[in-house]
Amino acid sequence: MNTIALVGNPNSGKTTLFNALTGTNQHVGNWPGVTVEKKEGTLNFKGKKYNIVDLPGTYSLGAYSEDEVVARDFIMKDDPDIVINVVDATNIERNLYLTTQLLEMGTKVIIALNMMDEAKEKNISIDIKKLSKELGVPVIATVASKKNGIDDLIKEAIDFMGREKTSQNKIDYGKDIDLEINRLKEVIENSNLNTGYPAEWVAIKLLEGDEYISKIIDKNILNIAQESSDTIAVAAMEPELIIVDKRYEFIGNIVNKAVKKPKEEVITKSDKIDKVLTHKWFGLPIFALIMLAVYQLTFAIGEDILQEGLNAGMEALTEAIEGFLINVNAPELLTAFITDGILGGVGAVVEFVPLIMVLYLLLGILEDSGYMARAAYVMDRIMRSVGLHGKTFISMLVGVGCNVPGIMATRTLDSKKDRMIAILINPFISCGARLPIYLVFISAFFPKHKALILFSIYAFGFLVAIIMGKIFSKTLFEGESSYFVMELPPYRVPTLKGTLLNMWDKVSSFLKRAGTVIFAVVTVLWILSVLPYGVEPYSEASILGKIGSFIAPIFKPAGFGTWQASVGLFAGIVAKEAVVATLGMVYAGVEEGAKLISAVQGAFTPLSAISFMAMTLLYTPCAAVIGTVKRETNSTKWATFTALYTFAIGWIVSVLIFQIGRLFGLS
Amino acid sequence: MNNMPLSFFSTGEKGTVENILGGEKVSKRLYEMGFNKGTEVKVMKNDAGPIIVSLSGYKIALGRGLAQKILINKQ
Repeated sequence: MNTIALVGNPNSGKTTLFNALTGTNQHVGNWPGVTVEKKEGTLNFKGKKYNIVDLPGTYSLGAYSEDEVVARDFIMKDDPDIVINVVDATNIERNLYLTTQLLEMGTKVIIALNMMDEAKEKNISIDIKKLSKELGVPVIATVASKKNGIDDLIKEAIDFMGREKTSQNKIDYGKDIDLEINRLKEVIENSNLNTGYPAEWVAIKLLEGDEYISKIIDKNILNIAQESSDTIAVAAMEPELIIVDKRYEFIGNIVNKAVKKPKEEVITKSDKIDKVLTHKWFGLPIFALIMLAVYQLTFAIGEDILQEGLNAGMEALTEAIEGFLINVNAPELLTAFITDGILGGVGAVVEFVPLIMVLYLLLGILEDSGYMARAAYVMDRIMRSVGLHGKTFISMLVGVGCNVPGIMATRTLDSKKDRMIAILINPFISCGARLPIYLVFISAFFPKHKALILFSIYAFGFLVAIIMGKIFSKTLFEGESSYFVMELPPYRVPTLKGTLLNMWDKVSSFLKRAGTVIFAVVTVLWILSVLPYGVEPYSEASILGKIGSFIAPIFKPAGFGTWQASVGLFAGIVAKEAVVATLGMVYAGVEEGAKLISAVQGAFTPLSAISFMAMTLLYTPCAAVIGTVKRETNSTKWATFTALYTFAIGWIVSVLIFQIGRLFGLS
Repeated sequence: MNNMPLSFFSTGEKGTVENILGGEKVSKRLYEMGFNKGTEVKVMKNDAGPIIVSLSGYKIALGRGLAQKILINKQ
């Protein structure tokens, strides 16, 4: 199967194009050895199949981040049959920078000149033929969000695969640099070093001071490269800056010939919206209101409309299965395992799929519309005032989905100090798996203020994270914070397809976990709850009950010192979904037929419910997160520290809530 | 010469990039994001928090420390 790779700047519409090409035939994985997300899909065109690889969005193909190394290694070493470079037509100079690097690499490339509709709106006119001639590569105009030009793009890409590359234009670096490039190229060719990259390209990268190439190259060559750099620096200036300058010069010449732009910049709709949303005083309250609305809608749509239907369906299913099992005279133990264990446990988790669906749909819309970048902007002031980097907030927002990618998102932070802090505080951001726990307790005790309580829980998690960040930056880590640079993409109406695919990603991984990890945890817990043989199932006398009773005293001062709650928290260290699954099993078992919510109403008080929710919000993150902390910090010490200190914080906070609440006469 | 750090510009003011001071890594990154010499920069917002600038229509938020290092030739 032929492979087509997509490469382009962030916000160039690359993902939209990827969705348009592959539809639902896509899957997300990881690049080997690194934690960068790898998206692949299949394109069906005229009866043939093509493998489409969506490379990470980057501004450049240097070695500035892992994303860039992944993208350029794929292009140079995996040899895709063709590379489609997605270029944002409204922002052509900067986007062509990446293109110049592709040309340098000698890539067989075709340009998708995207967002042509927006360019037209801004009165930018581009002579596509001229652009194509000047660059020496095919250029196709597209509007990926409206699927315009996609067929032409595919046809040209496939056609080009069978053709020889025509002479692409080269960048003229000027005499000083060319001389040294040639000298280095010869040295590299004459050495027996095999980097897997073309010699000329390696020579340019060495002059650019590319860290990655410098690491894999021979010491002798590195010394010669240093000499070359010094020679150039003496004659002119730092070679790496000259090289960047020359690339822009090359682009400037092309743009002058092929692009006409209005002199006066028009004030766009985005500018007007930004005046309000990033306002000095209103920005933050607006952000809070938007988030509150998100949670409100989550309940309004997810619970009141969707969940009722699902619940009715689940009940009917449980009854049907139970009826069937009794009819075929299945062993009692098997019936109990399936109805109480699997349906009670895994079912308790699956029940929350509608809410998770709606929440991630709404968050996805905010993300795709361009608002999330503004949220990070607005929050930067607060983050900075406590000594955290503004981008820490982005890793926190990702953490709302799941803390594993949240912690991985800290890679965009350049300084070690910022990054370590961002990693350590991420677990306090409530992930999707913890959501069902709050939903059960909120429905049981605070049905009148659902959205407000849920919003407060999330906000509280952020607050604790920020406070801990402040403490860490004052105590554990020294050094400077790194700089803050972030693009604010124009506001766009999200495409239906992109939003739905995004949501499906989240929901399907939630379901997958329910079917695997949670299923396994529930099975083990169920077995523990019916042993030793002959004991009353799900009772305190079972092994599970005994484990719970052993832990329970620790939680007594926090108001939930029952063996059931303890077992739930214990299971939550494996996976947070398991908390509700376990409660569903032990409570549904104790009170035959009783629903989890009414069982919880009997076992907790409003105050101990709040205290329990605080505990589940803050205490030790799941095993996957601890594993990620270990991998990302490359240290068992920090992983252990994370597991322990979060537990301590969770315990202290829930004890404080319960004890202070009682002082005020709450129960 | 009319060169001033970007951080001193008020909302609505314009200029062209003259030079970027500071470490090579930072300068190169800014170059690659479009702050190359001669590019027109318009300050969209400079009150509290990071500065928002527009580089031929696309917007970038920059921390104040960084904005201090970008020298702009005022128009």
